Amino acid sequence: MSNEIEAIKDPGLPAHVHRKADTDPAAADRAERQVAILFGISALGTILLIVSYIFIPDDVFIFIPVMGEQNAHQLGLGLGMAISLFFIGMGAIHWAKTLMPDTEVVAQRHEFRSPDSDRKEFVDAVKEGVGAAGLGRRSLIKRSLGAALGLSALSPLLLLRDLGPLPGKELEKTTWKTGTYLVTDPGNRRIKASDLEVGAVAQVLPEIADPEHRKLSDIAKDAVLLIRLRPQEFNLEADRLAMTHDGIIAFSKICSHMGCAVALYEQQTKHLLCPCHQSTFDVTRAAKVIFGPSARPLPQLDITIDGEGYLVARKPFSEPVGPSFWERDSR
Amino acid sequence: MTTEQRLGSVANYVDERTGAAAWMKKNLQKVFPDHWSFLLGEVALYSFVILLLSGTFLTFWFDPSQREVIYEGSYEPLEGIKMSAAYASTLHISFEVRGGLLMRQIHHWSALIFMAAIVAHLMRVFFTGAFRKPREGNWIIGIGLLTLGIVEGFLGYSLPDDLLSGTGIRIAEAIIQALPVVGSYLAYFAFGGAFPGEAFIPRVYIVHVLLLPGAFLALITAHLMMVWYQKHTQYPGPGRTEKNVVGYPLMPTYMAKAGGFFFIVFGVTAFLAAVASINPIWLYGPYTPGQISAGSQPDWYMGWLDGLVRMAPPIETHAFGYTISWNILIPGLIIPGILFTGMALYPFIESWITGDKREHHILDRPRNAPNRTALGAMSLTFMLVTLINGGNDIIATHFDLSINQIMWGTRFGVLILPPLAFVITKRLCLSLQRADRELVLHGRETGTLLRLPHGEFVEVHEPISPEKAYLLTSHEQTPPLELPAVDGRGVKRAGALRNKLRSRMSIANAEQVTKVSADDLKEIEHH
Repeated sequence: MSNEIEAIKDPGLPAHVHRKADTDPAAADRAERQVAILFGISALGTILLIVSYIFIPDDVFIFIPVMGEQNAHQLGLGLGMAISLFFIGMGAIHWAKTLMPDTEVVAQRHEFRSPDSDRKEFVDAVKEGVGAAGLGRRSLIKRSLGAALGLSALSPLLLLRDLGPLPGKELEKTTWKTGTYLVTDPGNRRIKASDLEVGAVAQVLPEIADPEHRKLSDIAKDAVLLIRLRPQEFNLEADRLAMTHDGIIAFSKICSHMGCAVALYEQQTKHLLCPCHQSTFDVTRAAKVIFGPSARPLPQLDITIDGEGYLVARKPFSEPVGPSFWERDSR
Repeated sequence: MTTEQRLGSVANYVDERTGAAAWMKKNLQKVFPDHWSFLLGEVALYSFVILLLSGTFLTFWFDPSQREVIYEGSYEPLEGIKMSAAYASTLHISFEVRGGLLMRQIHHWSALIFMAAIVAHLMRVFFTGAFRKPREGNWIIGIGLLTLGIVEGFLGYSLPDDLLSGTGIRIAEAIIQALPVVGSYLAYFAFGGAFPGEAFIPRVYIVHVLLLPGAFLALITAHLMMVWYQKHTQYPGPGRTEKNVVGYPLMPTYMAKAGGFFFIVFGVTAFLAAVASINPIWLYGPYTPGQISAGSQPDWYMGWLDGLVRMAPPIETHAFGYTISWNILIPGLIIPGILFTGMALYPFIESWITGDKREHHILDRPRNAPNRTALGAMSLTFMLVTLINGGNDIIATHFDLSINQIMWGTRFGVLILPPLAFVITKRLCLSLQRADRELVLHGRETGTLLRLPHGEFVEVHEPISPEKAYLLTSHEQTPPLELPAVDGRGVKRAGALRNKLRSRMSIANAEQVTKVSADDLKEIEHH
């Protein structure tokens, strides 16, 4: 001990205080009845569960104060199960607390460290075993075994190769091509510029031959948001302004941060907000990030109209959509 | 045959074939100390059992497939909608299988309770110093279980393939994709191609129901065997020493209490599942990458991670044609990696600072280890601030605040508040030590005023019991390590900088209010 001054003495374990049931047989009998009542309530719970399962149809709703409209079938099953389990526990613990011995017992602990002789014998046994195998002397065996074990770990890695294809250039590409029509989602109808009023927002997808079987992995890159402002409300560079059509601007709907759908548009401020991590993009300034964790604006899609006034893409996206990845800038 | 005879013959049968009687006798009398805080780990264990039971029930109907189906079940709002078989079967469990919704809700509630109990248990073990030698290994297993629990919970949340869970998977995919060099390859391997593909639900399913539960079973078994073998720690008090264990024997008291407690935990979980709706997936609709629901929230144990990602500054490096997304890597991988590694290594760090290599079986009262307690409070504050930011959208709409205010508040808060919590907690601990000292020296204030013959008023103090006095003074107060920068001959020692750091930390760690000794008490009596 570091303290050389005398510490306050340990008075030892306090004397056991008897419970009522330890000394009074009537109290003990009362405790027994209480335990039995608790177990009895549990049995009632199971009966409630059985009755609910058989007799309450699953489309009956009842009104319960505070909770509102509740499905009676589910509630009956759940409460029945809760009561039947909870009161078994209460009964067992009441039993333990009132009738089972509550005298604290003292057991001894021993230090885990083995006696020195045992430790020495163990070390000797290991040394002897290692020596007998000749690992220390035969270094060729040791090294070749190490190399073989290391190499054998490659086979599971190799066998897992077919978990998926290599990404190739897929992450950079979307379905949008020059002249791809913009179609509504849902609905798959081409849209005219005049369908969209000032202040309106629409989700669009590229027109494909078989819209019934559009793949989710395509939607994950193709989803585009159209927003119509008054042309004078834009605050864009000339090349970006040329990508809009009569106040209609198109952005990838897939967040440039972690790929959630950027779905919240605030009409007053003309901000787009991603509900996942609150990256906020200013629509009037080509979806510039004005708040939140995203480091890049949403890619803008170059749009125009065909002869009949339907909206089409003038060019594919000029940069990969969605979250960043290592090779993003390399091609 | 009486019950006793029947039991006797069974015991005889088993013992003649295994020789188990001696071992059983010893272990049925094994002593377990009693304290409410020891139940926290039990809650985690029982929740795990409930998860296995309710989860097995769900597997009988759940179809882990992303095959496209058209919904024809009894939930009318989704009638005729295209969705994955996984989502459709989850709707089937919720609406057509009797008790299915109850079981789904029990499963989800017990997952939340499981994680909460693990965290509470971890806090108990940390603040009382139960991780010290010889229990460092069990501490590391515990950190492993916490980590696996977070992953397992997230995967389970992903399986129904509703709009909310698909959004969570999308975020996980973005984290994988952000890894330098290998990111896009790993993402393509994990998802079997471009996100979302059709492979991840079956893959996540087998990991969720076989791989991770297997790992859990192995780790929990090892965790419990270590507790059993090393015997439980105990709180300080009269009669309790480093050399003994004071408590109730396994059979019958502890067995009845622990067994009963399992039923109570199960009953409470079932009650929650009966009255409190959780994850009503039918309201979210099937997953499609182009849609989202506002107020997307993960389960609570992922909230801190989400909050960190939300508050990250928008930094990306674009160099030599390659992109590094610091805004994802720092909050999503680097900070959690540092936190969990630091947590796992803490027992070794503390013993390096104190130089204490002895076994400890008596728990510390948190106030008597001010530095450790302050460090814990600091970590909790960090977690709390990030968790608040994880719910910033919900907080903003409920309390009429702007998200920007909360975000900036937590960005500064996460840097300023944890150190502040450290300082305040350490001062509080030292104040509590001072209060203990006062209590032992001068006794309890009774509130009774006494007027002395010459007119002075004094308050009557009542001396505390010897048991209490022992409890308040039984802890050790060790001086800091002595690590001089120069050796006996005035030559600078090797690793001087490391030693300087160590002795600085050791001095801070040893800051204490000197406890009362028997001599102090004797001196007081003379007055």
